[in-house]
Amino acid sequence: MFEIINKLTRTFGPSGNEGNVAVLISEMLKGKVDEIKTDALGNLICIKKGSGKKIMLAAHMDEIGVIVSYIDDKGFLRFGGVGGINPFVILGQRVVFENGTVGVIWYEENIDNIKNIKLEKMYIDIGAKSVKEAEELVNVGDMAVFEAGTVLQNGRIISKAMDNRIGCAILIKMALNEPKTDNEIYYVFTVQEEVGLRGARTAAFGIVPDMALAVDVTTTGDTPECKPMSVSIGNGPTIKIKDRSVIAHPEIKDRLIKCAKEENIPHQFEILMQGGTDAGSIHTTAGGIPSGGVSIPTRNIHNTAEIVDMKDVENAVKLLEAFVH
Amino acid sequence: MKEALSNLKKLTALDGVSGEEKPVRDYIVSKIKDYVDDYYVDNLGNLITYKRGAGNGPKVMLDAHMDEIGLMVTQINSDGLLKFRTIGGIEARVLVGKRVRIGENGVPGVIGLKPLHLQSPKERGGTVDKKQLTIDIGAKDREQAESKIEIGDLAAFEYDPVEFGDNKLMAKALDDRVGCAVLIELLKHNYESDIYGCFTVQEEIGLKGAKTATFQVKPDLALILEGTTCYDVPDTKEYGMSTICGGGPALTIMDRSVITDKELVKHITDTAKVHGIPYQFKRTISGGTNAGRIQAGGTGVKVAIIALPCRYIHSPVSVMDIDDFENMIKLSKKVLETLPVSITLYREQGGKVNV
Repeated sequence: MFEIINKLTRTFGPSGNEGNVAVLISEMLKGKVDEIKTDALGNLICIKKGSGKKIMLAAHMDEIGVIVSYIDDKGFLRFGGVGGINPFVILGQRVVFENGTVGVIWYEENIDNIKNIKLEKMYIDIGAKSVKEAEELVNVGDMAVFEAGTVLQNGRIISKAMDNRIGCAILIKMALNEPKTDNEIYYVFTVQEEVGLRGARTAAFGIVPDMALAVDVTTTGDTPECKPMSVSIGNGPTIKIKDRSVIAHPEIKDRLIKCAKEENIPHQFEILMQGGTDAGSIHTTAGGIPSGGVSIPTRNIHNTAEIVDMKDVENAVKLLEAFVH
Repeated sequence: MKEALSNLKKLTALDGVSGEEKPVRDYIVSKIKDYVDDYYVDNLGNLITYKRGAGNGPKVMLDAHMDEIGLMVTQINSDGLLKFRTIGGIEARVLVGKRVRIGENGVPGVIGLKPLHLQSPKERGGTVDKKQLTIDIGAKDREQAESKIEIGDLAAFEYDPVEFGDNKLMAKALDDRVGCAVLIELLKHNYESDIYGCFTVQEEIGLKGAKTATFQVKPDLALILEGTTCYDVPDTKEYGMSTICGGGPALTIMDRSVITDKELVKHITDTAKVHGIPYQFKRTISGGTNAGRIQAGGTGVKVAIIALPCRYIHSPVSVMDIDDFENMIKLSKKVLETLPVSITLYREQGGKVNV
């Protein structure tokens, strides 16, 4: 399992540039599903045929990043955020472009108060001595992601892009296990979630499943002096009650609870006050699709080091397998 | 090209505030009807035109929105002055002292402000509150105003297009009559692909027309023809300039509504390079376009945006470069002519990558 996660988190894939992740996943699932296809937006749709209900499981491939908007005379890059980027989080971080070019994010030091820092006052230094040298490596419009390794320690994984390669890893693991079911399973690896739940909408429109689950990350309430939330890492995957984009369909939610109880799978309930998931765009697609979610409790979301507990990941696979049975 | 510019000027002189695009639509119909195989107006008012291709190219949607920003009369005061709200994004400071024409009959009016002499020191230094502004149509009281105006009437800026300076054009509603004029020009030529030229409504109030147009057309890919922000004037840091007037048509990688299709954008830049047509990338990621709605339509659409840099956009006096306009036509046309061989499509692959 860690090997799958490690490969996925180290692959470059900011919103709109998920191609490398899609290729990696399709190689992993080749022969394990009946059909693999991509749609116009780049969603990777892997189908395990069956005669029963059509069940869509969605995990987004894209990660947050930065996009180059301008290269100045001295070769410094100006940039904007792709997805939810906090200027304090990215300050001093290394980023890496698809071609391997590494850059460092710093800021115009001539500001009164660091509190006022904004992305417009920041730049990426790729060590170029001139605009010409910079343009040999990077073009306006190129995206970069955090450069950070993936570590397994004390049964917990620390990595960038855990949001949401961990969801991808869970679906991959599940598809490789080939759970026994008559239902038709759509393992859907979506694009552009971080910029507005975009890929899941067109994927769901093409499939029109009988029910859908978004498999993603959720925040926790188990770190020093954090906002209260009754979710901790290590206590089991969460069954989504609501987030800002969706209220889980009661039958979906109840089915998940029933499965968890019957199989003795530890679980928690998720009421995510900030952030949405692919379920938000899936449930209002076509004539409406009963949708819910299973999430992995994750510390420091949208940071260079997001932390999850391996047990939660393994239990999420079990819970989803029970759900589609 | 002369005719394209003449079309553009005539289009900007027409009024088509969001929801009442008919005058613009009627003009466009008169210009395209001999060049397309079919056209119709849908329930929202979108003009959807169809032009059969010669070969098996992808199904292409070309989008330009007909509507422009403007005002709506919300109340007629006892003194005959009209209260209004804005339709689309307009800044209060832009409104002061501008001429407008209201409703189907084009009743002339002006947006008034208290004279400098009568303002308190606080008023002089402060910003303008949109709520305090009214349209003066010269009526002596409510009754006289009501004989000419109804609540809900739309008002557009009244400014005629003027060519000036170094090959520049100043006009209202360049956003997006520029796209309309380019699209008219594109429909005059023949392509391998089936072309659906969509002149859409209500973009400025939430990308509404494009949504239903996409649902009807179900294209493989779409080009969005737009007017975009430009602020290459003093006191702006170069990285904040968005686009440069005269720097060629602008391509968007990402804005608030969309991340455009990498492959399609590459096809556009490759085409520009081959034919020596200048282009630029938009440097900011603000604003939204119909591309966002079109991309999310149905099972998804590959999209790209080709836009004309417009200084002072969303004001009565936008300024554009005529060379940019001509290059936008050239580039879009070449892009369409070379599409079938250079874009891999979901449809062509039968949806399958590998098993």
